[in-house]
This record gives sequence, C-alpha cells and structure tokens, in this order.
Amino acid sequence: MTTDLRMPLHLLPADAESGTGSVPLLEAGQALTKKDFTSDQEVRWCPGCGDYAILAAVQGFLPELGLKRENIVFVSGIGCSSRFPYYLDTYGMHSIHGRAPAIATGLAATREDLSVWVVTGDGDALSIGGNHLIHALRRNVNLTILLFNNEIYGLTKGQYSPTSRVGQVTKSTPLGSLDTPFNPVSLALGAEASFVARTMDSDRQHLTSVLRAAAEHRGSALVEIYQNCPIFNDGVFDVLKDRTQAEARILHLVDGQEVAAGDRVVVRDDRGALSLVPRVEADPSRIVVHDVAAQDPSAAFALSRLDSPDLAHVPMGVFRDVARPTYDDALREQVASARTVEVTDADIDALLAGRDTWTVGG
Amino acid sequence: MSHSMSTKKVQRLDRVVIRFAGDSGDGMQLTGDRFTSQTALLGNDLSTLPNFPAEIRAPQGTLPGVSSFQLHFADHNVLTPGDAPDVLVAMNPAALKANLRDLPRGATIIVNTDEFTKRNLSKVGYAQSPVDDGSLESYHVHPVALTSIAVEALASFSDLTRKEKERAKNMFALGLLSWLYTRPMEGTEAFLKSKFADNPDILEANLTALHAGFNYGETTEDFAVSYEVAPAAMEPGTYRNVTGNVALSLGLVAAAHRARLPLFLGSYPITPASDILHTLAGLKRYGVATMQAEDEIAGVGAALGASFGGALGVTTTSGPGLALKAETIGLAVSLELPLVVCDIQRGGPSTGLPTKTEQADLLQALFGRNGESPVAVVAPSTPADCFDIAVEAVRIATTYRTPVIVLSDGYLANGSEPWRLPSTAALPDLSVEFASEPNAVNADGAPVFHPYQRDPETLARPWAIPGTAGLEHRIGGIEKADVTGNISYDPDNHDRMTRLRQAKIDGIAATIPPLEVEDPSGEAKVLVVGWGSTYGPIAAAVRLARGAGARVAQAHLRHLNPFPANTGEVLRRYDRVIVPEMNLGQLAMLLRAKYLVDARSHTSVRGLPFQAAELADVISQAVKEASA
Ligand code: SF4
Repeated sequence: MTTDLRMPLHLLPADAESGTGSVPLLEAGQALTKKDFTSDQEVRWCPGCGDYAILAAVQGFLPELGLKRENIVFVSGIGCSSRFPYYLDTYGMHSIHGRAPAIATGLAATREDLSVWVVTGDGDALSIGGNHLIHALRRNVNLTILLFNNEIYGLTKGQYSPTSRVGQVTKSTPLGSLDTPFNPVSLALGAEASFVARTMDSDRQHLTSVLRAAAEHRGSALVEIYQNCPIFNDGVFDVLKDRTQAEARILHLVDGQEVAAGDRVVVRDDRGALSLVPRVEADPSRIVVHDVAAQDPSAAFALSRLDSPDLAHVPMGVFRDVARPTYDDALREQVASARTVEVTDADIDALLAGRDTWTVGG
Repeated sequence: MSHSMSTKKVQRLDRVVIRFAGDSGDGMQLTGDRFTSQTALLGNDLSTLPNFPAEIRAPQGTLPGVSSFQLHFADHNVLTPGDAPDVLVAMNPAALKANLRDLPRGATIIVNTDEFTKRNLSKVGYAQSPVDDGSLESYHVHPVALTSIAVEALASFSDLTRKEKERAKNMFALGLLSWLYTRPMEGTEAFLKSKFADNPDILEANLTALHAGFNYGETTEDFAVSYEVAPAAMEPGTYRNVTGNVALSLGLVAAAHRARLPLFLGSYPITPASDILHTLAGLKRYGVATMQAEDEIAGVGAALGASFGGALGVTTTSGPGLALKAETIGLAVSLELPLVVCDIQRGGPSTGLPTKTEQADLLQALFGRNGESPVAVVAPSTPADCFDIAVEAVRIATTYRTPVIVLSDGYLANGSEPWRLPSTAALPDLSVEFASEPNAVNADGAPVFHPYQRDPETLARPWAIPGTAGLEHRIGGIEKADVTGNISYDPDNHDRMTRLRQAKIDGIAATIPPLEVEDPSGEAKVLVVGWGSTYGPIAAAVRLARGAGARVAQAHLRHLNPFPANTGEVLRRYDRVIVPEMNLGQLAMLLRAKYLVDARSHTSVRGLPFQAAELADVISQAVKEASA
C-alpha cells in the first residue's frame, strides 16, 4: 500500500491552520502513489466524460497531501459525478441526492482527524441540495467541496440544470429553458464561503493547483469544476479549451497580479463596477490587482459577475481564500472546554439525579 | 416563612387533581411545575399534563390563549394526570370558561376576581360574571382578588412597577395552594433564589408574594379547611420528578456513556421535540455534541455522517420532520449503520396540532419510506420509561447496525412522573467493537475487507470507521452485492439482500423480552393491548373496570417492530382483544394483518390522552359481551 521514498514527503505543513492540519500524516519515509488511491472498481462513466480527467487529477494529487489514506473520506450525493467515491480507494459514501454536505458536516464535526471531501454536481449541489450547500459554506465546515458543473442532468438523461443557460433546449425544455441560471461562484460568495475557486476538467495543472489550495484551506472550500458531458451537453466549454481562444477569454486569477485576459485587463470604475478594457486604454491606477485574502467579499463577488453567458470572458482560479473560524473546530472546542475530565459512572449518576431528589426508605 | 401552627382543621385526602389555568403569559406552567416539585418532594405519587396553545402569546384574555397544567397526586400509585380536576385555579374568565366543562359538580374553583372585569368577561362572551350570577352554584367557588392582594403585599417594593408586581400573582397563587394542600415551599424558595440570583428585587418580590399567598390561606375565613395527602408507598430508592423529553435526553446520554461512544445530535427545532435539543445542548460536559441543522433532512444527515465516523448519531423530531427524514433513514437502512431517530408525535396530518398529543405516526415509522425498508421501532409507555426506551434504542441500533425509531408523543414529552433513579453502572454494557482488521481474503489470498459480511447471529455488518487502516471501503444507497458490498444490479442478489435486511430486523425479537400479560384473576377473556403513551390511561381504566367486577387482562407493547416473539400466542389466548389508540387503529391493523386475530379498535384523536373512565366503560362493555 505504501511505498518507501528516500525523503519524507510532507508538502503541506502539519498545523491546525491547514485544512488537513489535524489529519495524521504518513510515517516519515513513506509515501503513497496514484495507484494506492485507485480502487478495484471498473469506472463506468461514458467514454470521453470529463469526470475521467478529474478523477485522474484527484488520484494524482492525493498522494501529495502525505496523509494516511485511511483518514481520507469522500462523500457524494447522486448524479454522474457522485459515483466518484467508488473509484477512489479511500473511505467513501455515495449518499442521496443533494445531502452530501449535511452528511459530511456530521462526519467532519465528530472526526477532526479526517480529511473530508464532498463530490457533487450542478443538479445535486445547486438544485435539490442547495440548502445544504449554502449552510455548509455559511458554517465554514472543514470540507473540500468539488462541484462538477456540466450544466446538464446527465444521470437522468439530459434535462436542463440550474446552471444551464437561458434558452437551452433539452429533453425537458424543448422550447428552451426559461429560468436564469445560478453562477455557483457568486452563490458561494453570497453564502459567506471562505474559499471559492473555479477550474476546468481538461486543465490538469490548473485543476491540481486549485485542489492544492483548496485542501490547504481550513474551512469550507468550494471548487467549481467545468466538466464536459459529451453525451448530453457536449462542448459547452470548448471555447475555453481551445488554446487560441482561451487566452483571450480566461481571466486568470492569481493573487497579487493584475486580472487580465489576452491584451485586455479588468478595471474598476468610480462606483466599483468592473469591466474589461484593452490594456493600452486602461488607466493603470484602475487596473484590478487580485487579492484572494481580502476580507470584504465584494471584490471577489464583482469578479464572479464578469462571467458572460457566451464565455466571452470567464475568471478562473481562486476567487477568495480567507481565514475564518470553522464550525467543526468551534463545536469541538465547546465540547472540549466544557469537558474537563473523563466522564465516570458517578458523573452520569449525578446528572440523572438532577437537583431535586427524595429518598424512599426500604 | 410561616409554618406556624394553624388553628384550622386539616383534612386527609387520598388523591387530588388540580388544574392551574390562566393566560399563556400568566406563568401557569411554572406554577404547575413548582407545585409538582413540592409535591414530589413530599413523597406523593403523581402524574402531570401540561396543555398549552400553539401560539406563544395568543391575544390576552381570549380562549385560544389559555394555558393549563394539571397535576394528579395521591397517597397511592398514580397512572394518569386524572380525568377531571377536583380543583381549578382560574386566573381569568377565559381560563374558567375553557376548563369549566371538565369539572365535575362539587369541584372547587379558585378564581382571580381581579381579572373578572367587564372587558375580560365580554372577551369570552360572558354577559355578567359567572362568579356572581349563580351559574356556579354547584361548585365550591373561592373568589380571591389574587392580583390586588399580591400587589398590596408588595407595596413596600418602591423600585418595582405595578406590572412587575402583578406578575408575582402566580407565586401568590402557588403560596395559597401550598397552604391549602400542606406542601413544603423550601424547594420553590431555592428555585427562585437560583433563577433570580442576578435580580434581588424580583427575587424578594416573588418570595414575598409566595409567603403572602400561604399566609392568606391561613388567615382568610374563606378557606376553613386545609388538606394533606400522605406519601405514597413507593419502591425504596432515590427519586426525582421527570418529564418524558428530559428522561429521553438523559437516556441517550447514559446509553452513549455505556456504549463508550460520543453522542452527536443533529436536529431542527420542532414542537414538541425541541426540549430534547435544548437539554442535550446543555450537556457538552458529558461529551455531547449538538448541531442545530438547517432543516430536518440535514439534521438526520449529519447524524448519519457522525455514525459513519463512529459516533452515536441521533436525530429528534416530530411527525412532519419524520416525513422529511424518510429518505435519509432509507439510506441508513441501506448503509446498515446505527442511527437513533426520536419522533415525538403530535396531532397530524401536516402541521396538525403541534402542541397536542397523538400516536398516529406508527405506520409512518414502520413503512414511511420507499422500497422494503425495515427499521426497528420502540415506544416508551410513561415519561420515566423514556429513559429506558432510549437505552433500548441505542442497544438495538448499535448491536444490529440499524436505524431505530423511538415513538414518544406530546403527552409523554411534557408530562411528568416520579422516576426511581437507576444506577449507571447497572445499565446494560453497550460497548461496541469497531472492525479493526480484514475479514476475508481475495482470490490471491491477500487479506481484504468485506463491509457486508454479516455476523451470523445478529446479521449485523461490521462497523468499520474511517481512520482504520486496511479497511477502506465505499458504501452507498445503491444495492450492494452480498458480502463484498460492491454495487450490484443482479436480481437474485437484490432479492437476497432485501430478505437479509428484513431478517436482521425480525431477528431483534430474539433479544427483547416477551410480551407480559397482567391478569390478576387469571380468567380474563378480554385482553386490552396498547402501545406508547396510552399505558397510564389503559392501566387506570383496567383498574376501574376490575374494581367494578370485570375480569380483564392488560398487555402493553414497547417494541413495535419487531413485536415480541410471543405476541401472536398471547393475542390468541383471549376471546376478545381491544386496542385503544390515539389514532384510527394503526396497531390494530398491524395485529390483525400479522396474527389474523379479531383485534378491535377503540380510538380517539382529540389531542388529549384517553380518559380512564371512558375507557373503563368500553372495557366493561366488552367483558359483558364476551361472557354473554
Ligand atoms: S452522462 Fe455525461 S456526465 Fe454523465 S457520465 Fe456520461 S458523459 Fe459523463
């Protein structure tokens, strides 16, 4: 299961500030490989599904954490993406539609020694499970939530989803969908998320770097992953994958750097509104420099609104990464500080008795 | 305080039923609670029934705003809060009107005349005061200006407003009743001292009003006699008074302690279950973690997640919440993990009667999920039994790795009775063993872990918690292959797994006590079978019927799924089986279906427990018919 390496591999610091700071590390000298995270189950997504690339990236990334494999848990809901846990040789639960964040919250709250991941999709997380997602983010439970967004319902064979674009023709919307889609990043920021990022199935390197940042974050980390469904919604993100087009469309969010795509940059006007202008025309003092750690989420939110439905420009990367107390740490702290010593039978006897007792003699 | 020698006559009674009634803002629940506590300390047996409106503060002085608290105490074993009050304390005209029809002729009524103003009388449709118009002639009426005498007694409290002084009228009433029934007040004094520790003025005012009420009884000529009720003969031991919700909370904590598992409660506020959340939230010292979830589904989901991680996952709710949790309970059936679901039933369907009792969730508990989805179901029979049933629920959940639904109800939840304290060390040892190593070998002879390889005796699967090296596995709601737990759509496997899950639940019957029949004559032809909170009223009714010469047997089910193994055999022994239920015959339907016996329903869904006298008539009638 574990392979000896010549040097210890602890890429992430073992401290409580890190998302995995309370999870036991492998022994010094030990390391796991991608193979250790590959289960014996046959992968059953459709050929060409974006999920394969994401699975490969996650399996490739997990060894980097240096954690004991048995302390990693993947919890999913229902949908194509939610089959994910079966293919990873960690602990896993394939639960019910939309409820993974709630189940994972109970697990994370009671087991600080676990690295808990949620795998969900646009229907699972944003439609049936919307309530659990926003509350997990609000509570800031120490979870890494991977939201595979393919803008369609795959498993039920092609109905529109809460991220499908207005007018999209699907089996359930033959004349085009009528409702405004969610922007998952805006939604998460509105729900007080402390970490929000966006990446894409096909960009292994970017995906891995975002996973790394998300795992490092202590608290709820929401990662939206654009994922292609070749069967029911093929090619929706193709313009972002085409190298020549991507450069002009993707606004790379890098902390401390100007937000730009190709020869255009993002500028802020007097009212705080953001727009994209040719660099040559931009007032240098108005060019937006990304600050992931800004406490005020408005800047991140404004960036999230730069999305355009035709993908003319799409911010990618980490929108926000701020430290905030986590629900599960705080809950454990409350219990720990109330509980000074091991509870004995006598303590329970006293609890049962309460304050007003009387005795009947025998 | 004045326990000075009274010159008045003291009369001995064997039992008393008192109902305190007033506006929901009048503090009647507190008054009732304190009087109960004083009575318990005196050693009487007792049973209580709070009854309050769903609205927190309905318009003042109106019928919907009336809140009441009934207490039955006696020098002998008490089974119910009493069919009809001997004494009604009515703090306003609405309280009188709402409760008068429950009073037998000859009952005592103490009215707060200060509230019998024209305006208050007209609010409830009295043209003139019933206290003055002769309409209460067949009762013993004590008109007392409770509010103004209390305010007068507090004349020297110059820092208090009139409103604050008026608020002490409930303590005045409590003092008066304490004198009338010779109850010691020290417990209430201590209670007030701790409640108002930060507010010495209010504390003093309450103590003064309490004593003023006591002294008023002693000095006024309106009360010529006071009463006493001797302690009841009870089994030796240390007792406390306890409500069902508190007993259930304590049972969960004690069981988790005996199981050596951390207790995790995921819950969403709902009447009448919220007090369990409140109680457990205050017990972090005992390692209890509570989470107020965003909804009912998240409450049970978080509990199940905690169970997956090796905690004792518990969720608490009432009927509407159980409906929302159904899918997650189904997942727990499939995952075969321990989960305790407490449903404190209330009137339904839909929002129904949130503050009133009913036991109409039995079929929902048994069958309210998609697919063949068997779970264990247990029900406490008295407030104190909620403790034992919680321990039993945890035993079944952890031993059989299954959801267990506990069906309590509003009557048990808020009602109280004396509880003989158990010794924690004498509770069953519920310690569980988590799986720690592989339990099989693969084709190559290498050790592997099969999450659905069952214990041959209990059919329970191993509880292998994350963090255990070598046992990494995936579970989910999709059908799993027998033994390996891998996804399987194989028809034969699904058939086998469905039957295995059912057999596991059925097998619990091997570890539950047989159904006991209580039949002193040994010759009864009629059996009365109940479940849940109807125990007290049924037992009281059976006692009444026997007193009138009827031979009748009683049996009470605490396990509803599975039933005790001898249930069919017991039912078949009798010519007639009567099943009283606060629903439209759900247990009767189950007994008929399962055992092919002619079980007959007697039902009532009035949001209130059965009256013993009414049930006794039904029983006597059945006995007559059976012997004809
Ligand atoms: S339907 Fe679409 S999302 Fe689902 S597995 Fe097939 S390609 Fe992937």
